[in-house]
Amino acid sequence: MSEKTMNLTLRVWRQKNAKSDGKFVEYNAEGISEDMSFLEMLDVVNEGLTAKGEDPIAFDHDCREGICGMCSLTIDGKAHGPLQATTTCQLHMRSFNDGDFITIEPWRASSFPVIKDLVVDRSAFDRIIQVGGFVSVSTGGAPDGNALPVPKADSDVAMDGAQCIGCGACVAACKNASAMLFVAAKVGHLGLLPQGQAERDQRVLKMVAQMDEEGFGNCTNTTSCSAVCPKEIGQDFIARMNRDYAKAVFRSK
Amino acid sequence: MITMKLESKAPMGPVGQKWSKYKQDMKLVNPANKRKFDVIVVGSGLAGASASASLAELGYNVKCFCFQDSPRRAHSIAAQGGINAAKNYRNDGDSVYRLFYDTIKGGDFRAREANVHRLAEVSVNIIDQCVAQGVPFAREYGGLLDNRSFGGAQVSRTFYARGQTGQQLLLGAYQALSRQIGLGTVKMYPRTEMLDVVLVNGEAKGIIVRDLITGEISSHSGDAVVLATGGYGNVFYLSTNAIGCNVTATFRAYKKGALFANPCYTQIHPTCIPVTGDHQSKLTLMSESLRNDGRVWVPKKSGDTRLPQDIPEDERDYYLERKYPSYGNLAPRDIASRAAKEACDNGLGVGPGGRGVYLDFAASIKRLGEDKIRERYGNLFDMYERITGENAYKRPMRIYPAVHYTMGGLWVDYNLMSNIPGLFVLGEANFSDHGANRLGASALMQGLADGYFVLPYTLSNHFASTKQNKPSTDAPEFKEAEEGVKERINKLLSIKGKRTVNDFHRELGKLVWDKCGMARNEAGLKEALERIPQLREEFWEDVNVLGDAEELNPALERAGRVADFMEFAELLCLDALHRKESCGGHFREEYQEEDGEAKRDDENFSYVAAWEYKGVDDTPELHKESLVYEEVKMTQRSYK
Repeated sequence: MSEKTMNLTLRVWRQKNAKSDGKFVEYNAEGISEDMSFLEMLDVVNEGLTAKGEDPIAFDHDCREGICGMCSLTIDGKAHGPLQATTTCQLHMRSFNDGDFITIEPWRASSFPVIKDLVVDRSAFDRIIQVGGFVSVSTGGAPDGNALPVPKADSDVAMDGAQCIGCGACVAACKNASAMLFVAAKVGHLGLLPQGQAERDQRVLKMVAQMDEEGFGNCTNTTSCSAVCPKEIGQDFIARMNRDYAKAVFRSK
Repeated sequence: MITMKLESKAPMGPVGQKWSKYKQDMKLVNPANKRKFDVIVVGSGLAGASASASLAELGYNVKCFCFQDSPRRAHSIAAQGGINAAKNYRNDGDSVYRLFYDTIKGGDFRAREANVHRLAEVSVNIIDQCVAQGVPFAREYGGLLDNRSFGGAQVSRTFYARGQTGQQLLLGAYQALSRQIGLGTVKMYPRTEMLDVVLVNGEAKGIIVRDLITGEISSHSGDAVVLATGGYGNVFYLSTNAIGCNVTATFRAYKKGALFANPCYTQIHPTCIPVTGDHQSKLTLMSESLRNDGRVWVPKKSGDTRLPQDIPEDERDYYLERKYPSYGNLAPRDIASRAAKEACDNGLGVGPGGRGVYLDFAASIKRLGEDKIRERYGNLFDMYERITGENAYKRPMRIYPAVHYTMGGLWVDYNLMSNIPGLFVLGEANFSDHGANRLGASALMQGLADGYFVLPYTLSNHFASTKQNKPSTDAPEFKEAEEGVKERINKLLSIKGKRTVNDFHRELGKLVWDKCGMARNEAGLKEALERIPQLREEFWEDVNVLGDAEELNPALERAGRVADFMEFAELLCLDALHRKESCGGHFREEYQEEDGEAKRDDENFSYVAAWEYKGVDDTPELHKESLVYEEVKMTQRSYK
């Protein structure tokens, strides 16, 4: 591998805290290796800022291997940047060119208020899970794991939904800031499995109610959520949730 | 008072009956009384989340703390390959005893028998529990659960959910925890970091935390404190751990008197993506499960610059298959790692810098087809391509060992309680189950075993057999600890030196990796022990942490963690220096067989080394728990 380096200009959203106004500030990122991840590039910028006595840019990140869902960033208007099925931490600088001008923003959604710079509050997602995104089974007393066969096809589709990392890109990409894909992924995962049937109706009703309560917008089928989803969770989950919801409403009357 | 006689407190009797006996004899707390007990759980990974949920289901009041923005993000989520359980669904000769034996042997006979047997026993319940929660484990066409093989075992006992088993198990535990949060039985504190543990009359009764958004320092008191805060792999700077993983919680407990056991047992994982440059902030694991279908090799000739596909079969050295014919590419992690290092030290390494070996799927793709390989490992191949820009379906992966897991941790007895009464330690944070080396797919098993099926019993027993008196957070012990925490933060912010936290951490990590990494020797460890205190001094004089204490300040968070690593690194090297033998993840170059295998010294070192803090600049005191093997005969580990 030949190590190519590049110089970039960044336009980064800076905001001191939730109450203050934010603004874009320009920074130069120089000598960036194409083997760096996007976050490692920001690390380099932050080291430089610290050396100059300027407040480093705050951004969320943790595992840096695309699974914890903590990293965010809207890069040039696209949640998680230009690559398909890729979180920001897995985006590498070889996707950019020397001289590029890159705009970096936090997730933009009123249900995800900015905490500082590029860090937002996604606790609304946790609250949606807390009202019903589970199977009510306490520890102990579970039957043998093989007592309940699950058709492989159902299990595989359930896994497609279960892969959601809760990053919030779907909300950031949606012009309505809708959380439909996030909620549908969990409703679909549990609704496809026999274990999830007992609470299927209540689950979808409660989770959708909480989603609305949190102020997320409605779905107008623009499908931008699936386009940016790092786990490529598809629109069929939203369709399935709409069916489940309609049935549940009907049955609960 | 802290007792220094280390007793495992495992029940008497044959190892296979100890846990049953414990459960028969244990004391219970009646349901109406459970709600009078407050339990503090620090960490929300597999161990912390499963413990919090299970304790709340029983009726205890739980407060759970994590530094991430949600309990769903703990680093357990990154475990890829799978979870072991002695289900014997394959009819291939597995049993609780065999899982127990494999784990003891894999740990190079340095784990406590009673704990490991219990782990193997409850492994079967974990799978049942997770299936009931809706964890979408891989299934066969008949609808039953599928298994795969993992290193150090000759049976297929590993359950998996594509290459994201840790994620699915953690989300299962997170959902169980979320249900309790919704019911109001668990109060969750995300973006909150524990900075000290508080002892009242010698018992753990609370913690001091910092709200990472507002910077507010506050006290929480409880009847017991449970640390489920993971391992210390980030002392090496580069590791497969998440950036936020740290030793702070367990190290602060150590400084309050909890014993730190076997810190030198660190696991280097053989299959990680090689380092590309100084900018590297972390290393990425490629699951061990890949060794089911991948063959490890290097060119036979040093300096062979041909592309891998151009090197003919007879000019390749499939060194694991050659050296360990019965386990082949599935040799345990420590052995596979050292073999890779040896190949690279001999100049046979591949890729930039020569620190890499091939993991080749060509034979499996030919045998099973690319689709089957994609189905099994698709996400890992995708991840590899994103990071390296190379397509592993077409050319072999390049891999190299990296720090992955730490077997050492706070000393605990059979109850998972440390030597400080009321302080319990679960999962990777304790030392108990993996001895000197952990087998693949056993970390998930241990985290969930501790949280779902061990602590709920042992904590009840503790509460029922001791008098409880939860202090108020106005007690002087809390005020004093709060002041200590604030003072330290102000100190870090006031130095305004020239070097960044990251810069210090990188230097420390490189030093520890070079002198106390995959292979260690006396001279190197002594050098490290000389250099670490100097570096620590430089850190406290020259670190530059900007910003304020009363705001979100990632550099300040990092500084506190690195400051603890600066002290912890010394303990790690000291333990490695004192253990004059090679075992599992601890390889001392002076103690090896003629063929380079680890040479254990059972006569002098079959004990747990538990260290007691005596002061920053003083040598900690060594306490020993001797390991008595009643069931298993200690033998030289052989995977040939």
